[in-house]
Amino acid sequence: MSFNSFKDQETDILMETMAPLREPEIENVPSAPLHALDSLWFQVGGTICNLWCSHCFISCSPKNHNFGFMPRATVKRYLDESKGIGVKEYYFTGGEPFMNRDMLDILQDTLAIGPATVLTNGILIVERVAQQLKNIAEGSIFSLELRVSIDGFTATENDKIRGKGSFDRAMKGVKNLVDAGFLPIITCAQTWEEEQNEATLAGFAATLKKIGYARPRVKIIPPLRMGREKVRSRGYDQFEYVTEEMMWDFDDNLLQCTHSRMATDKGVYVCPILIDYPEAKVAETLSGSFKPFPLQHQACYTCYISGAICHNFSGASGSQKEKSASLAGV
Amino acid sequence: MSGELQPVKRPEKIAVFGGVYNNYLALEALIADAKSKGVDKFYCLGDLGAFGPFPDKVFPLLLDNEIQVVQGNYDNSIGNGLDDCQCGYTDPRDNYFAQISYDYTFKNTNPEFKRWQRELPTEIRFEFGGKQVLLCHGSPRQTNEFLWESTTPKHFLEKLFSKNRADIVLATHTGLRWKRELAEEKFFANVGVIGRPENDGATNVWYSILKKNGRVDIEFVPLEYEYERLAAEMKSEKMPAEFITTILTGWWTTCLEILPSKERVRGKF
Repeated sequence: MSFNSFKDQETDILMETMAPLREPEIENVPSAPLHALDSLWFQVGGTICNLWCSHCFISCSPKNHNFGFMPRATVKRYLDESKGIGVKEYYFTGGEPFMNRDMLDILQDTLAIGPATVLTNGILIVERVAQQLKNIAEGSIFSLELRVSIDGFTATENDKIRGKGSFDRAMKGVKNLVDAGFLPIITCAQTWEEEQNEATLAGFAATLKKIGYARPRVKIIPPLRMGREKVRSRGYDQFEYVTEEMMWDFDDNLLQCTHSRMATDKGVYVCPILIDYPEAKVAETLSGSFKPFPLQHQACYTCYISGAICHNFSGASGSQKEKSASLAGV
Repeated sequence: MSGELQPVKRPEKIAVFGGVYNNYLALEALIADAKSKGVDKFYCLGDLGAFGPFPDKVFPLLLDNEIQVVQGNYDNSIGNGLDDCQCGYTDPRDNYFAQISYDYTFKNTNPEFKRWQRELPTEIRFEFGGKQVLLCHGSPRQTNEFLWESTTPKHFLEKLFSKNRADIVLATHTGLRWKRELAEEKFFANVGVIGRPENDGATNVWYSILKKNGRVDIEFVPLEYEYERLAAEMKSEKMPAEFITTILTGWWTTCLEILPSKERVRGKF
């Protein structure tokens, strides 16, 4: 296990990040209603991962079994319930989703009823898996999106965060997807200053073209200052939280929790980010999860500033919140 | 004839089209083509402006032909003097090009046309062949929502239909046409746009005709127009080469990041 230079520190870091999660005392916490359950997320890989990334906001690793793999039958139960609710799209994350042996069957079930997106580190996407994914995608009228996390366009940059050798292995997965006819979305957690975004996008485009990805799709995601990222860079500042005043004239459709929920092996949580917080579990069923959620967590501040960053088509520019709210409304 | 009520003539064939994008040449061609096919009523689903030339040339065509228009995000922005088109793009590359065409359209639209756009309704409803028809821009719940064929499940549409009590919903906004049948002869259709071709390597654009043949159905109609003239005029107005390439080749060159994978992979860029 040479790929990980963080592992020695892991026990200490885990102790710190898994300790009771404290938030500053905020008065008059605003609440966000669930307007419509458009995006249903699945913590299908639990918190179990074959990498040990230094910025992981839920500290996933081969050893973190806080959340387990979701079996096909559990996912199917939520899919069936989602039809009556009118869910628009399905997302799968972990941990590493492809460590879950049911993953291909789960995608087959999902794409029979709607579009699916998988957030993966790409490492397990060998040629055979890419081919199976192709067959599943071609058998559906709906889009299958593969989002591959790579955190720098060079091995040096990426491996600092994701572990030694992880760049080459992820790029192999991307190549297998491209060769199978996919246009994977490369997602990249922003660990640099915003001014460098353009240069980073250009760097990615050049690197990806070299492996035959002629029209690469790249998405930059702002950092969530929690989990291991708290140690890697910094936690949230005391002032970084959402207040009632900030919600005046704000289009709350930009928040993830107003249009999505996260299904896990332990029940339904408010959003993909807050699953480490027991109070973020809102119900056992989707229909039970239609209740307002207090925006008391500092991660809510990132969502407020940057828009619902987990969605496929959301930007990291922070400009969305300045947009007119006149068109929104569910 | 005085004092005698004339029966209201109910349309037999209705043309429905989206996204003019200042393409007045396509609009002229559409009106002629649809009339030749027996269309007696026209509806536009919004987004009058964008990357074509001379925005004001669209206005008299709409008035003279009594075309009813649903307000698109573009029309809401132009009418209310907003800073951007509210297209709903999230990628900086998409927004860069969207801003160029928005700034051009805003600068070249006369105040009367802007005021007219501000007052447009966000949805239009009517009965046709016993069916409740709802016209909107993006979706019945949100003007700038993208409803793509590959990301819109049937059960999601069923929820929209039941909430809005409609049998037929027609929308645009994405630029690509598609249709999905639901139970009880209900259906959703995205009518596409007449402002730019469909990202399929052909230079024609598309509109639709709603008609009654025993049951109400929709037909997608390919439309040829003077695209080379449009491209020349765009060039004279100094529009970016990327926009002109789209008109001349039928492949989308900009605002691509918003496309889901199935739609994106069919294109060239």
